[in-house]
Amino acid sequence: MTQLPQSTERKMGLVIDLDTCVGCHACVISCKGWNTENYGAPLSDQDAYGANPSGTFLNRVHSYEVQPAEGAAQLIHFPKSCLHCEDAPCVTVCPTGASYKRVEDGIVLVNESDCIGCGLCAWACPYGARELDAAAGVMKKCTLCVDRIYNDNLPEEDRVPACVRTCPAGARHFGDLGDPDSAVSQLVAERGGMDLMPELGTKPVNKYLPPRPKDTIEDQIDILAPLLAPVAEEPKGFLGWLDKALEKL
Amino acid sequence: MHPAPSVIVFTTLSGLGFGLMFFLGLGLPDVSGWVAFVFFAVAYALAVGGLLASTFHLGHPERALKAFTQWKTSWLSREGWCAVLALMVTGLYAIGVIFLGQRWAGLGLLGSLLSLATVFTTSMIYTQLKTIPRWNMKLTPAMFLSFSLAGGALLAGQTTLAIPLLLIAALVQILYWRQGDQAFANAGTTLATATGLGDRGTVRAFEPPHTGTNYLLREFVHVVGRKHAEKLRVISFGLAFVLPVLLLVLPFNHLFAALAVLSHLAGVAVSRWLFFAQAEHVVGLYYGKR
Amino acid sequence: MNQPKLDTSPRVSDEIRRTTCYMCACRCGINVHIKDGKVAYIEGNRNHPVNKGVLCAKGSAGIMQVNAPSRLRAPLKRVGPRGSGEFEEISWDEALDIAVGWLKPLREDNPEKLAFFTGRDQSQSFTSFWAQNFGTCNYAAHGGFCSVNMAAGGIYTMGGAFWEFGQPDWDRTKLFMLFGVAEDHDSNPIKMGIGKIKARGARVIGVNPIRTGYNAVADDWVGITPGTDGLFILSLIHVLMKAGKIDLDYLSRYTNAAVLVNAAEGPEQGLFLRDADGKPLVIDRVTGQPTAFDKPGVRPDLTATYDKDGVTHRPVFHLMAEKYLSDEYAPEAVAEKCGVPASRIRAIAGELARVAFDEAFELNQEWTDFRGEKHSKMIGRPVAMHAMRGVSAHANGFQTCRALHVLQILLGTVEVPGGFRFKPPYPKPVEAHPTPHCKVTPNSPLDGPHLGFVRGPEDLALKADGSPARIDKAFTWENPMSSHGLMHMVISNAHAGDPYKIDTLFMYMANMSWNSTMNTKGVIEMLTDKDDNGDYVIPRIIYSDAYSSEMVAYADLILPDTTYLERHDCISLLDRPICEADGAADAIRWPVIEPDRDVRGFQTVLIQLANKLGLPGFTNQDGSAKYTDYADYMVNHQRKPGIGPLAGFRGADGSKVGRGEVNPNQLDRYIENGGFYLEHIPDEALFYKPWNTAYQDWAVGMGLYDSPQPYLFQLYSEPMRKFQLAAEGHGDRQPPDHLRGRIMETMDPLPIWYETDQTGNEGFTVNALTQRPMAMYHSWGSQNAWLRQLHGRNPLYVPTKLMREHGLKDGDWARVTSPHGEIVVPVMEMAALNDNTAWTWNAIGKRKGAWALQPDAPEATKGFLLNHLIHELLPPKGDGLRWANSDPITGQAAWFDLKVKIEKAEAPADAQSKPEFPPIKSPVGTGPRDLAWKVGK
Ligand SMILES: Nc1nc2c(c(=O)[nH]1)N[C@H]1C(S)=C(S)[C@@H](COP(=O)(O)OP(=O)(O)OC[C@H]3O[C@@H](n4cnc5c(=O)[nH]c(N)nc54)[C@H](O)[C@@H]3O)O[C@H]1N2
Ligand SMILES: Nc1nc2c(c(=O)[nH]1)N[C@H]1C(S)=C(S)[C@@H](COP(=O)(O)OP(=O)(O)OC[C@H]3O[C@@H](n4cnc5c(=O)[nH]c(N)nc54)[C@H](O)[C@@H]3O)O[C@H]1N2
Ligand code: SF4
Ligand code: SF4
Ligand code: SF4
Ligand code: SF4
Ligand code: SF4
Ligand SMILES: [Mo]
Repeated sequence: MTQLPQSTERKMGLVIDLDTCVGCHACVISCKGWNTENYGAPLSDQDAYGANPSGTFLNRVHSYEVQPAEGAAQLIHFPKSCLHCEDAPCVTVCPTGASYKRVEDGIVLVNESDCIGCGLCAWACPYGARELDAAAGVMKKCTLCVDRIYNDNLPEEDRVPACVRTCPAGARHFGDLGDPDSAVSQLVAERGGMDLMPELGTKPVNKYLPPRPKDTIEDQIDILAPLLAPVAEEPKGFLGWLDKALEKL
Repeated sequence: MHPAPSVIVFTTLSGLGFGLMFFLGLGLPDVSGWVAFVFFAVAYALAVGGLLASTFHLGHPERALKAFTQWKTSWLSREGWCAVLALMVTGLYAIGVIFLGQRWAGLGLLGSLLSLATVFTTSMIYTQLKTIPRWNMKLTPAMFLSFSLAGGALLAGQTTLAIPLLLIAALVQILYWRQGDQAFANAGTTLATATGLGDRGTVRAFEPPHTGTNYLLREFVHVVGRKHAEKLRVISFGLAFVLPVLLLVLPFNHLFAALAVLSHLAGVAVSRWLFFAQAEHVVGLYYGKR
Repeated sequence: MNQPKLDTSPRVSDEIRRTTCYMCACRCGINVHIKDGKVAYIEGNRNHPVNKGVLCAKGSAGIMQVNAPSRLRAPLKRVGPRGSGEFEEISWDEALDIAVGWLKPLREDNPEKLAFFTGRDQSQSFTSFWAQNFGTCNYAAHGGFCSVNMAAGGIYTMGGAFWEFGQPDWDRTKLFMLFGVAEDHDSNPIKMGIGKIKARGARVIGVNPIRTGYNAVADDWVGITPGTDGLFILSLIHVLMKAGKIDLDYLSRYTNAAVLVNAAEGPEQGLFLRDADGKPLVIDRVTGQPTAFDKPGVRPDLTATYDKDGVTHRPVFHLMAEKYLSDEYAPEAVAEKCGVPASRIRAIAGELARVAFDEAFELNQEWTDFRGEKHSKMIGRPVAMHAMRGVSAHANGFQTCRALHVLQILLGTVEVPGGFRFKPPYPKPVEAHPTPHCKVTPNSPLDGPHLGFVRGPEDLALKADGSPARIDKAFTWENPMSSHGLMHMVISNAHAGDPYKIDTLFMYMANMSWNSTMNTKGVIEMLTDKDDNGDYVIPRIIYSDAYSSEMVAYADLILPDTTYLERHDCISLLDRPICEADGAADAIRWPVIEPDRDVRGFQTVLIQLANKLGLPGFTNQDGSAKYTDYADYMVNHQRKPGIGPLAGFRGADGSKVGRGEVNPNQLDRYIENGGFYLEHIPDEALFYKPWNTAYQDWAVGMGLYDSPQPYLFQLYSEPMRKFQLAAEGHGDRQPPDHLRGRIMETMDPLPIWYETDQTGNEGFTVNALTQRPMAMYHSWGSQNAWLRQLHGRNPLYVPTKLMREHGLKDGDWARVTSPHGEIVVPVMEMAALNDNTAWTWNAIGKRKGAWALQPDAPEATKGFLLNHLIHELLPPKGDGLRWANSDPITGQAAWFDLKVKIEKAEAPADAQSKPEFPPIKSPVGTGPRDLAWKVGK
């Protein structure tokens, strides 16, 4: 199964808005919660209450500082999970066929009962999207919540990934990136959605919306300055202006 | 990359084992009976031992057979096939040589080619990974193959072949290190491309996603001090090539030959340690580490 | 392709139980998925007014909280010395008997010798009712060390506050300005709101020395110097007033800008001119006559003065013009102090003006104001602001908060579409709040509610001899308007016996020996200090916690609480409800799982204690108990006839809202409804609430007020002026002389900015701050196996400039000193940070032995608190007195006034941050090594 499908019927994925993500980690924990209880083995934690706690997470939020040539440094929160690449190197390296990309929606999954835990797929993934679970000995990765998005036991509106449903800031969007008319595709088009490490040729399905330009308020001073023309220089003059202004009301 | 002992042991030993097998398959040395048995036993011990070691790092070694299914795409799967075929074919050939006094040359040649193919497929497991620029080079298979052949010749007692093969391997090693040191930069993957934020300024990793460690950091981020690495390179090079060649050019002596083999083995092991320890996975960029 | 067959519709759970989250005080609605009777997964409740389905990291990690190994298991009696952590498990009968044995004699003789302080309490209307019935005057919750500056500043200025009592009109605002907020109580709503604003492409301006979280997504960042927001805001006011960019109509109608201020020298100077009914007077533009502000048809004049007895009385707005047009507030004059370029201050003022006035819009919605005037439209001014502890946790925070509200009001953007909106029970003017009460009578209830809003010196909580009536010295001349009490002073005052000694300190849900206290080490010493007889100076300490926190070790008797999924709770309109600007809402918690330990909900325990003590409010005429437990109280208690803790589903059949008889099935109705009740505000009542007749009538119907309470926004605060008058020597209640100057200076009835007290700070030049991590709640998060992986230790973030200056690089250690103490901690560089500010995450550092963590947990080795550097008192002054490190007006703890010195330090050999405390013995052992939590198969 490690052959990638020629093409997939749909390209389901996430669009993450770096302009809006406040770095709250809600998506991280809700993902941990859902995927511990659902798809496959629980996401385990080692040394859970000790000196060196370490657990399996399918989604992690980094943060980066960007220092522009001019002006203040910026901080960008950066969630990252599997990007469900079209040209997924993690799939083709897998010796057992445990890793595969679904034909119907492009979701990249690990069939845990076939996985020997060799770790090679994690080596092949540039994005750090796969983690070998230390307790279960199998590879874990974002499932795009495949057990939610089609789940008849959930109300229609809840058939979205756990991380998307929970994101308080609405920085995570889910949909078919293969359909140019879908809301996510349009968002990507409007906001210049980008790929991570495009040079590696993985063709990620997930897209990132770049932060909007920042710290621009002083650039608008030409427009704003006229608004601030003093009505008077002295309190006395001001009261005179006030009287006239009140007259007009 | 985390230099996992199991993987270092695996690639070192099995490389040597299949190298020996390559020569045995060609009838070098042309031995039979007990002597042959010992040679083949050594080759099998190394090759199979290495393969077994490689299963130690598996989460589910009991499912290892499943790894044979994906030969169409997976180098690891292909390696499995090659190894098994090489072992089987060479095994048949060995039965002839040891017990029947027969040298089925065609079978031996096939075994030799399969042995080399095994080493090649092993090397391709690493070479294919664009995520690790230091491995993602043509020199990686060249290195694995040249090491395997040199070590095989050494073990097979083919002194005249071993010396040039060792020299070739030494050259490949130097080239590999030289090119490897540039590989990450040449690949062009940076924190700027990793985050897509490069066009707005200099990107610096700030807070990590978790204050503790995780699988990714354990597996992919291993920082070797530069000085430390230089020293190890010298040691590795001396042990793997310089010392064995010196020992070989001295008048033949079993003790020296044995020393040459052990020295080479130790040198290759150190080189392999560096192969892993110095390999930087692009994912480290996300953590501000390499 | 032969893909594996997947079951994409697995069963999610056996059942969903809907209750209210308490992983923090935001109180979101949660769906608790239950499998085999156990919690399997927690998600947000989509129908809930607070979170509308979303959930934060803490909320999702609730499953790891209710399973935490740190949960207390049974009542504990101390057997070792205080602080050792040595306890013996006892039965509830014994625990209650011990408590009653201590409390009963106090009630009979000196009820005030019980100090009952309840920390992060969400049942204050209940706990205060208990304390009132016990009869002690010593009751408060955590507000004094938290954000009373915001609450009091808001209520004294506009009858409602930021905190979680109001919210921006997220759907309509076009410019959102956020001051000093890292996370706040409205955790999810703020994120949802910012998300909405960003989706519209509207602008967010973040004013904060640190650029993380909300400030990181802000379009413009103002990396202000801590403690100078007041000056920055007054400068914005200066520019806007000077440019005439103010909403004159709004000011004249809805604020006291037009109210006449008495100019005659004497005891009335600076007070309002009032008519015979006590109504403030304005000059009516139509008649030119002084007229009661609320007379139908009156057009209050902002300019006209009034001459009487040879004195010219001027309206508030005159005084404002005089003050704020002064050059001292010009951007150029404040820029350096604030660390904000003048051009940027002007640009922000310009943008405020542009959006408020050029992007004004109208809603076609009729409404009628309190003067009876009908308006055909509602005018939107889409500028909204929010602020929290960055403003409030400074000793000038009250005035800064007032300044911020005045800025909003000048722009006409409070309670209008697109602006800042109140959530019921607010708006509620000072006049509708109680005054503080402190009259103690043995064996009787207190004479009224403990906390309230003073109108003037007459309401201070002073004894006949002028000494403080309360142990925390709330409502005294030192901090007259301390509406939330001063929990951070209780232990040190009780230890010092100043103003008097107490017998029993009873605390709930406050980690006072660690992260919620200043001067942690000193407080630990006070808690364990003994007198000459070998008795503890604070004789008895009772504490209720649910977990093995640092504070547990310092109590004599522990009443173990349930977790939030195991008990009844009431989030009531009587105290801090979960309302939205569009509706009134309250909520409950109910036991969605049964405790597997010998623990009881604290409120139920209080009822059991009340019953044993025979407290009047809990006892029927015949002497029988009124309530068996908290659930019973939630349903059957009536504060006033028809008004109880829960507003929804009242009346015998559950059809009444707000007011109505008791409904015995009320809790079931709440549970069916998802654990909450929401009553929408009618459309014509949605805005202009303080002046909107429809809203006022609706609020009366809901039981929020007894009669309509329209009022004017108080740009000029008369109660403050009354304290100034006293300081000037007027009136019979007089401040001590050493406080006169400070009261006169700080209690200006118009917002001012003053530099906070820098005595003793010479050489300490770096501001040191904390921020709340979004994924951690104070100290609670560390016991959570998932959350502690996110924040298991905390570096000190140091700006690039200071890193260079001190030769520091990431991972180095630094010695950080304040006039009070020293810590040695790891540092990390940060560029997006005010050049002169260092900071760390709050409350990550833990004491060894607490929270069932292994003693070598990073929280206890590398993690640290800034609290060791902050003292509850300022360094000694020339006058020999030590003044409180609090806002002089409200007593708010001034956490963020901290100034430090940073120098490079040797990395400690043990890689352990300093100071280090000896471990305490864990009453619950330590947690397991590995976890693979899965409830279902
Ligand atoms: N996740 C989470 N949520 C919480 C809590 C928690 O512990 N965790 N705690 C709850 C509690 S009790 C409270 S009181 C609220 C508090 O919520 P916040 O008000 O957000 O409190 P802090 O995290 O202390 O953030 C204070 C912010 O003010 C900034 N600041 C400091 N000094 C100044 C200044 O002079 N000017 C300006 N403009 N900014 C300044 C700091 O950089 C920081 O960003 O949060 C509540 N919500
Ligand atoms: N340096 C610095 N210090 C600060 C602040 C700061 O910004 N900087 N912020 C201050 C502020 S605003 C606040 S509000 C305080 C907060 O400080 P605290 O009020 O101490 O807050 P928590 O750490 O949440 O501790 C509350 C206690 O409640 C317990 N608890 C949790 N759940 C339950 C329960 O269900 N029942 C019972 N009975 N107990 C429970 C916890 O175990 C813990 O021991 O910290 C203050 N301290
Ligand atoms: S992100 Fe990594 S794991 Fe996911 S599809 Fe791409 S390569 Fe595979
Ligand atoms: S770890 Fe599992 S999924 Fe990954 S390559 Fe190995 S067998 Fe395939
Ligand atoms: S889609 Fe599901 S599995 Fe993937 S990151 Fe989101 S919650 Fe986790
Ligand atoms: S939940 Fe949303 S806002 Fe929070 S970290 Fe994840 S993507 Fe960012
Ligand atoms: S903000 Fe988070 S922790 Fe707080 S109540 Fe809401 S979900 Fe729970
Ligand atoms: Mo607080």
